[in-house]
Amino acid sequence: MRLRLVLRGREPRWLVVLLIAIAVVIVFAVTAGPIRLAGANPRAAYQRYLITPLTSFTSFTEVLLASTPLLFTGLAVAIAFRAGYWNIGGEGQFLAGATGAVATGFAFPGLPAALAIPAGLLGGVVAGMLWGVVPAWLRATWGIDEVVTTLLLNPVALLGVQALVTGPWRNSQTGFAVSDSLAPGYALPTVIPDSSVHLGFPLAVLLAALIWIVMSRTVTGLRVRAVGLSPDAAAFSGIGVRKVHFGAALISAGIAGLGGAVQVLGVTHQLTPQVSDSYGYTGIVVATLGGLSALGVLLVGLLLGNITVGAQNASLALQLPPQMGQIISSSLLLAVVGMLVFRRYRIVRAPRDTAHQGGAE
Amino acid sequence: MNDPVQPAPGPGGPVSGGPGSGGQGSGSEPIAPLIELVGIRKSFGDLVVNDGVDLAVDHGQVHALLGENGAGKTTLMRILYGLTRFDDGAIRVDGAPVRIASPADAIAAGIGMVTQHFSLVGTMTVAENVMLSGVGLGRVDRAGAVAAVTAAADRLGVAIDPGARIDRLSVGEQQRVEIVKALARECRLLILDEPTAVLVPQDVEALFGAIRRLTADGLGVLFISHKLGEVSRISDRVSVLRRGRIAGSVPAAGIEPRALAEMMVGRPTVGVRRTDRPAPLTAARDGSADGVGAEVEADLVAARGVDVGTAAGPDAAGERPAGTAAPQRLRPPALRLRELGLSGGTARGRDLLTDLNLVVQPGEIVGMAGVSGNGQSELVQLLSGLRRPSRGTVEVNGIDVTGASPQRMIAAGLGRITEDRHASVVPGLTVEQNLVLEDAATFRRGPFLDSGAVRRHASALIERFNIKAAPTDPIGALSGGNMQKVLLARALAREPVALVASQPTRGLDVGAAEFVHTQLLQRRAAGGGLLLVSEDLDELLALSDRIVVIYAGRIVGDLTIEQADPRTLGLLMTGQRLDEGEVA
Ligand SMILES: Nc1ncnc2c1ncn2[C@@H]1O[C@H](COP(=O)(O)OP(=O)(O)OP(=O)(O)O)[C@@H](O)[C@H]1O
Ligand SMILES: [Mg+2]
Repeated sequence: MRLRLVLRGREPRWLVVLLIAIAVVIVFAVTAGPIRLAGANPRAAYQRYLITPLTSFTSFTEVLLASTPLLFTGLAVAIAFRAGYWNIGGEGQFLAGATGAVATGFAFPGLPAALAIPAGLLGGVVAGMLWGVVPAWLRATWGIDEVVTTLLLNPVALLGVQALVTGPWRNSQTGFAVSDSLAPGYALPTVIPDSSVHLGFPLAVLLAALIWIVMSRTVTGLRVRAVGLSPDAAAFSGIGVRKVHFGAALISAGIAGLGGAVQVLGVTHQLTPQVSDSYGYTGIVVATLGGLSALGVLLVGLLLGNITVGAQNASLALQLPPQMGQIISSSLLLAVVGMLVFRRYRIVRAPRDTAHQGGAE
Repeated sequence: MNDPVQPAPGPGGPVSGGPGSGGQGSGSEPIAPLIELVGIRKSFGDLVVNDGVDLAVDHGQVHALLGENGAGKTTLMRILYGLTRFDDGAIRVDGAPVRIASPADAIAAGIGMVTQHFSLVGTMTVAENVMLSGVGLGRVDRAGAVAAVTAAADRLGVAIDPGARIDRLSVGEQQRVEIVKALARECRLLILDEPTAVLVPQDVEALFGAIRRLTADGLGVLFISHKLGEVSRISDRVSVLRRGRIAGSVPAAGIEPRALAEMMVGRPTVGVRRTDRPAPLTAARDGSADGVGAEVEADLVAARGVDVGTAAGPDAAGERPAGTAAPQRLRPPALRLRELGLSGGTARGRDLLTDLNLVVQPGEIVGMAGVSGNGQSELVQLLSGLRRPSRGTVEVNGIDVTGASPQRMIAAGLGRITEDRHASVVPGLTVEQNLVLEDAATFRRGPFLDSGAVRRHASALIERFNIKAAPTDPIGALSGGNMQKVLLARALAREPVALVASQPTRGLDVGAAEFVHTQLLQRRAAGGGLLLVSEDLDELLALSDRIVVIYAGRIVGDLTIEQADPRTLGLLMTGQRLDEGEVA
C-alpha cells in the first residue's frame, strides 16, 4: 500500500494499488521459502527488512545514505525513458562521473571547499555526459539502437576505472588498486548531525522536485512526454524528436554522472572499482518501479535504501545471507513489472486505437 | 421508445447451436434469431456507453447499425466479439445463451469480425495469414489453408491469390482477406465495422455483391456505417443507436434517410441544426437512387447549388474563377508545388511521386482525386514535413519550405489534417494537451505551461467543434469521429493560410461530416487555400473549385469543377486517357 503514489496512469487508481498489493503478496509468498530455508522466521525477516530500519535514528540516516546514489541513477533513467530514449548505460555514466570528480580533484587540489565541491560535481556531470554522448549521437544521426550501445559502454567504463587505479592513479601510499584520497576541501558536508548523511541527499531530493516540475508543468515537459508516448505524432506536431532524444540522453547521462561524483565526494573520497554497487542498473529498477515519475523514483529509491539497510540488519540479527535483501528487491521488481503487464494489457484492450497496432498498414 | 425486437424464447427447447443452420429462412414457423443481444450494458467509469441494448440478427439478414460518433457502436461490436467485457446482459446464439469472454469464444460461437484497422501481417501471404488465425489447428497445414482460402473466395465470389503477399494488396483486397479469414473459420455472423469507409466506389460495389451472395447462404451480417444511402441499399433491417440505447429498429425497405437521421440525433431537422449550410448536400446523398453513378450525379447537382449558397455570402460562387481570384491577386499562392518528386521503391520500380506541379490560390479549394495508393499519402507526408522530397520545391504562402521540418511548415502557415489519426495525436496525452501540442510555446507563462490558458483554449475549441469530450479526457478513449474533430480543431484553430486535408470526413457521421465541410468552406471564405485529398467523389465534387487527379504518382488531370464529373474522374483515376473531346 505504501506505493500508492508511485504509479500514475489513466487506469483507475485502485487498480494500480491492487496490482502492487498483489505483487507484494507474491513477493512474500515467493521469498518465505528461501528465508525459512536459511533458518529464519519469514515474518521476523520482513520486520527486519522493512520496519526495523525506520525505527532508530541511526538506521534511518543509513537508509537516506543508501538511497542517495539510487535516487540519482533512478532519476537519470526515468528522464531518458520518459522521452523514449532507452538509456541502459547509467552504470557506465555513474562510473565516468566518479572518475570525472576524482580527476577534477587531482587537477585542482588546493581549491577551497566553496569552489572545490561545485567543481567536483561539475566534473562528474561533464564526464557522465561525455560517456553518454556517443550513443546519443549514434542514435540521432544513424538511428543506431541505444539499448545496445549504452549497455556495451558499461563494462568499458568499469575496465577504464580498473585501468586507472592499477595504473597512473594507483594509491601512492598503500599500492592498493584504489586512487589517492581527495583533498579535504572536496568532501561534501554532512547535513544531519551525528550521521554520515551528506549534502548529496538533499541535492537528490531537490533534483527530483525540479524534474517533477519540469515534466508536469512546463512546455518542455509536455514535449518530452509527447515524444516518449508517440514519436510519430510528436514529429507530426512539430516537435523535434531527435533533439528531444538527444537532450534527454545528455541530461540523463549528466545526472548519472552527478550521482557518481556525489558518491565520491560524499562517501568514498577516492576512486575505487567498487564505487558503484550496481547503482546504475538498480536505477533502472527504481525508475521502472517508480512509474518513471520523479515522485515515484523518490519513494522507490527510499524503499530500496530501506531494504538494503534492512538486509544488513537481518544478516546480522538473523544470520540471513546479505544477498537475501537483493532477492527481495529483485523479486519485487519482477512481481510489480509482471503485474503492471496486466495493467497495460487492459489498456491495450480497452481503447480502439491501441488494440490493433501491429496489424498490416 | 423501446425497440420492437422482442427476445423470442427459443421454440423447441435449447438449440444446440450446431452448424446445421436451417439456412434459407424458408421455414414458415418462427425460428430463433441467429444472434441476439439482450440488455447489454457497458460503462467506462462514469460514462455509460451501452445502456441496455437489445439487438437481434436473423439468418440471412443484413443488419445495419447506425448512430452518431460516440454512440457506442464499436463498443457494442467489440463486446459481441469478446474484445471488450460487458457489465450486464446476455448474448444468445440460435436462442441458446453463450458466454463470450474472448474472441476465441466468439469464433467458437460462429461470430467473425472485420475491424476497421485490419489485423493482417503485411509480410506474409494470404494463406499464411489465414493459417495464423487458427485454421489447421496446431499443425502447419499449408495445403489446407490454401484450400480454405480458395473455398472462401469462391463463396465470396471473388478471386484471391492465396500466395499473394498482403502488403502488395490494395485496401479493398485486404478487406476481402479479412472476410475470408472469418469465413474460413466457418463464421455464421459477420461483423463489419465501417467497412466502406476505406473503400473506393468500385470496391464498395464488390463488397456489397459479396454480402448479397453470403447472405443468400444464410450468413447474417451486422455492419456499421455512416453512409445512409448505402445503408438503405444493402440492408434488410436498420437499428439506430443513440447515446448507448437503441433508438429504433426498422425494416430497411422504403426507409427515408431523413427518418434515420432523425432517429440518430433524436430530433427532427438534423443537418441544418449546427450549421448555416442548407441541407441538400446530405439530403441528396441520402436520397439514394440505386447505383453509385446516379447517386453521385444527384449529389453533384445539389452540391453545386449548396456551394453557391455557402461560398461566403458576398461574392457569388457562380463566377468563381474571376470572382475569388481577383482581389487575392497580390497575395502569393497559398500552396505551390513545383516539379515535386519523390524517389523510392515501389513494387513496380517507379518513383512514388513524379513532377507534381500544383498551385492552390488563397480562397480556393483544390480537390485531389485518386484511388488510394497512388501517391496521396506520400504527398501528404511530404507536406507534413515527415518526408523530404527528392526533387522540386514546396512553397507555402510564398515561403520556400522544401524539406523543412514540421515546425517550420506550421510556422509558415500550413495546417495539416491527415488520414492517419493515430500518427497525429498522442493517445496517452489528454485532449487539451493534444490541442496545444503544435504551438505549446504560445501557452507559456514564465517558464511554465499556462494551464488556465490551455484549458480555456481547449474548452473553446470543444464547444466550437462540438467535440464530445472533456479537456482532460485521454484522447485515446475518444470515439473515432471525435478524435477526428480534435484534429480538425487543432489545424483550423491556427487559421492556416494553406490547409492540407486528407480524408477529413472518413468515419464521421453525417452530421459531423457536414459540419467539417462547413468548416472547410469557412476557411476558404476567410481566404485560406485548401488541398482536399479524398477518395470520396461526392465530397470532392461538392467542395472543390478545381479537381486534380493523381495516378501512379503523377497528376494526370486538372479539371475545373464544370469539367469534372464522376465518369471523367473515374477514367482518369484508373489511368485511362481521355479523348480531347471528352473533357471539353
Ligand atoms: N476504453 C475506453 N475508455 C473510456 N471511454 C471509452 C473507451 N472506449 C470507448 N469509450 C467511449 O465510449 C463512447 C463510445 O465509443 P465507440 O467507439 O463505441 O463509438 P462509436 O459509436 O463507434 O463512434 P464512431 O462512429 O465515432 O466510431 C465514446 O464516448 C468513447 O469516448
Ligand atoms: Mg466506431
